[in-house]
Amino acid sequence: MAVTRQVFDAVIVGGGGSGLRAALQLSEAGHSVAVFSKVFPTRSHTVAAQGGVGASLGNMQEDHWLWHMYDTIKGSDYLGDQDAIEFMCRKAPELVYELEHFGMPFDRNPDGTIYQRPFGGHTQNFGQNPVHRACAAADRTGHALLHTLYQRNIRSQCQFFVEWMALDLIRDRDGVVVGIVALEMETGQVVLFQAKVVVLATGGAGRIYQSSTNAYINTGDGLGMAARAGIPLEDMEFWQFHPTGVAGAGILITEAVRGEGGILLNALGERFMERYAPNMKDLASRDVVSRAMDQEIKEGRGVGPDKDHVLLKLDHLGEDVIHKRLPGIREIAIKFASVDPVREPIPVVPTCHYQMGGIPTNYYGQVVVPRGQQHAEPVPGLYAIGECACVSVHGANRLGTNSLLDLLVFGKSAGDHISAWLKTHPEQRDLPRQAETLSLARLRSLESDEPGESVTQLGAEMRRVVQHHAGVFRTEALLSEGVDKIRVLAQRANQLRIVDRSQVFNTARVEALELQNLMIVAEATLVSALARQESRGAHARDDYPERDDREWLKHSLWYREESRMAYKPVNLQPLTVESFEPKVRVY
Amino acid sequence: MKFSIYRYNPEKDSKPYMQDYEVVLQSTDRMLLDAILRIKALDDSLSLRKSCREGVCGSDGMNINGRNGLACITPLAGLTEPVVLRPLPGLPVIRDLIVDMSQFFKQYQSVKPYLVTHSPAPQKERHQSPQDREELDGLYECILCACCSTACPSFWWNPDKFLGPAALLQAYRFIADTRDESTRERLDDLEDPYRLFRCHTIMSCAEVCPKGLNPTAAIGKIKAEMVKRMV
Amino acid sequence: MVKRIVVGAHYGLRDWLVQRITALIMALYTLLAVLVVLIKHPQGASAWRGLLQVPVVRIATFVFVLSLCWHAWVGIRDILMDYVKPVGWRLFGEVAVILVLLSEVLWAAEILWG
Repeated sequence: MAVTRQVFDAVIVGGGGSGLRAALQLSEAGHSVAVFSKVFPTRSHTVAAQGGVGASLGNMQEDHWLWHMYDTIKGSDYLGDQDAIEFMCRKAPELVYELEHFGMPFDRNPDGTIYQRPFGGHTQNFGQNPVHRACAAADRTGHALLHTLYQRNIRSQCQFFVEWMALDLIRDRDGVVVGIVALEMETGQVVLFQAKVVVLATGGAGRIYQSSTNAYINTGDGLGMAARAGIPLEDMEFWQFHPTGVAGAGILITEAVRGEGGILLNALGERFMERYAPNMKDLASRDVVSRAMDQEIKEGRGVGPDKDHVLLKLDHLGEDVIHKRLPGIREIAIKFASVDPVREPIPVVPTCHYQMGGIPTNYYGQVVVPRGQQHAEPVPGLYAIGECACVSVHGANRLGTNSLLDLLVFGKSAGDHISAWLKTHPEQRDLPRQAETLSLARLRSLESDEPGESVTQLGAEMRRVVQHHAGVFRTEALLSEGVDKIRVLAQRANQLRIVDRSQVFNTARVEALELQNLMIVAEATLVSALARQESRGAHARDDYPERDDREWLKHSLWYREESRMAYKPVNLQPLTVESFEPKVRVY
Repeated sequence: MKFSIYRYNPEKDSKPYMQDYEVVLQSTDRMLLDAILRIKALDDSLSLRKSCREGVCGSDGMNINGRNGLACITPLAGLTEPVVLRPLPGLPVIRDLIVDMSQFFKQYQSVKPYLVTHSPAPQKERHQSPQDREELDGLYECILCACCSTACPSFWWNPDKFLGPAALLQAYRFIADTRDESTRERLDDLEDPYRLFRCHTIMSCAEVCPKGLNPTAAIGKIKAEMVKRMV
Repeated sequence: MVKRIVVGAHYGLRDWLVQRITALIMALYTLLAVLVVLIKHPQGASAWRGLLQVPVVRIATFVFVLSLCWHAWVGIRDILMDYVKPVGWRLFGEVAVILVLLSEVLWAAEILWG
């Protein structure tokens, strides 16, 4: 098969929030940028974010970036890197104002400033009381943000490769990333893209779970690409379970519902969060609320014929508030739960929502790996931003509203860093010969005539295993059994077969490639989770119920080769302020 | 449940045909998309776009029993059998239920769907009253699924010249934004026999919009703005 | 950025308004005509002719015919623009429509004043 080649300054894989923010920075600086997206950019999963973007604007109450920083570190269960967290929280207001200047339709206060609402884990004065920090556009903040960024990219005339799937990274002999191999879905042709910089912005891989708020496209393609290229994945045991996914359907119900005053009730009609988090109650951080819900259900106080969910009550907010601030939620509840929240509570369960781990990076977005004595050496030519990256600002548990902030801050930061680098590096490095070999072999193997595995079936098995063995509560026995099972499945994923052999828009082929990426993420998750013998943030071990800072205040690194684990220290040193020492976490 | 689905693979088929499927549903299958994915599990050659499966990304617009809609938020319960699925009408079909939307996006991009300002940006946010912000409700929520434009006869006849309801809704979204400073240019740009005025108030757009938006009303407001500035 | 296709002069708003205003005129005239007929009960050709010789009625009727033709012109031209793609044929159609409508206006004038 003849493979053609195109050349760009920078290639961005992923057209969601972080990819678009980076693309904007680069295209406005005049670089030639190509953005690859499996879907039209506004269909990326950023569109589904609801509640808000966190920034200490202080429009409604006194607020300070340092408080935001403290909340984020505490929320991360002290696993977040404090330099990156300081960087993000200080930059937050600037990035939000910028977005407003781009035209984002934020809700407004009577004085014309941006409306902010309370959100889980966000407090005033180092944990004293909840604070209005989430800048919101109704309950469609992600939609408004993604469309605004795409629209701004239309203005800057950025070049998009829509409905292209990136298959693999190309690294030369020196380990420098020099481009990608990509597949155009509409024609089935494979093309090499040579670039001085490749940015992975492929989002999360929440589709490894059976019950997930994530879109079908969230298949961890960037993680798969990185892992195949020998780059480790960081902190993959930490998956956020959002407390309020619609029971049965898995559709997200934003935390903004609780921010606006909604409460969780068990079968006895009791507001059980008062017991688990006396101060923050329903606005404790997500890991805390999800575990509390799971506990209630386990102890028989679940609601419904199978006692398998709890209720999110918001009718007391009144029709006006619901109509004005939470219109999308009402729509979802009516469609997916057959209840009108103006009158009845919504049945909810903790649902896989966000991947805290990912490709290790620093706060410039550079992908960093251990080399020799150094534990964070940049991989030349490679960046990662957004959910697919692990900076790590979210540590063991992300606070709501920090994901949109993350993708803005680090998208822009990576864009700036790349732009400065491109100005001093005009030359393109050569592509290695036959750079496409591995990708083509993978494509060919899908069409082999030998018997193999069905994508649907293997995918379902994987999701069942991850759901069962790496859920809210974990144990040694559960996890090691899960690791054994996933290893078998990962082997079988090498024998995936598709029936459809056509070139034009072959979605069966795309889904097979996606499953291979998911399988890598699933293995990383289970292996990392088994290794971490403590409970921290979203990783809750029944057999090790306490956080263990002496042994485990460190980041996990999973290498695909031999599925081996390594570790690197957490950066407890912020950029300019005093370090926040790990403390017992109470809400 | 019985389905009849439009099939066309340009590599194999000289012309499109309807294929019948019968599929056993599970109790968890609530929406049309769930059923289509059951079919796809049996026949992986059936092609469609899908992503968020909750009606916010706009990927899975299709013609369902003669009416445009999103498969992921169309309840199976209300559908008469056999459920007839076709690609969105009026756009070239790439394969099966996947249409070529480039014309649709071109029209969207041509209305300059971004804030244009000339005055220097303030240090903080540009202020906007809650009432002025309310003007954008019912406009900014568009998900670009193309259900409206592909239900519009005026767009069928002139997809290259008439902007279509989706693009016009976004044109008005920026005209209505008090922060935007190029209303005059925006109105000028719409002032010709096709781009805006091919709308004959048929109202199919508002009728099918899966998000309950009303492009016809927005188009009416653009016309009103034009008349207002003339007198 | 996508270049906009230049599709003609800036007469979109004018024509749109023309159709609405002429429609109003025609509706008004129709209403008045019905009223007049109900009140006056004209019997036979001479009564009708007498009615039409009242200057106000004569002018109103002529304005009605003008409105009708202008309204029709905008509408038919729209249809020709939508369905007749070859420029030559479209031009031919438009000229033909103009001729027909003009002759109708002249004919009406002749009836009213002739």
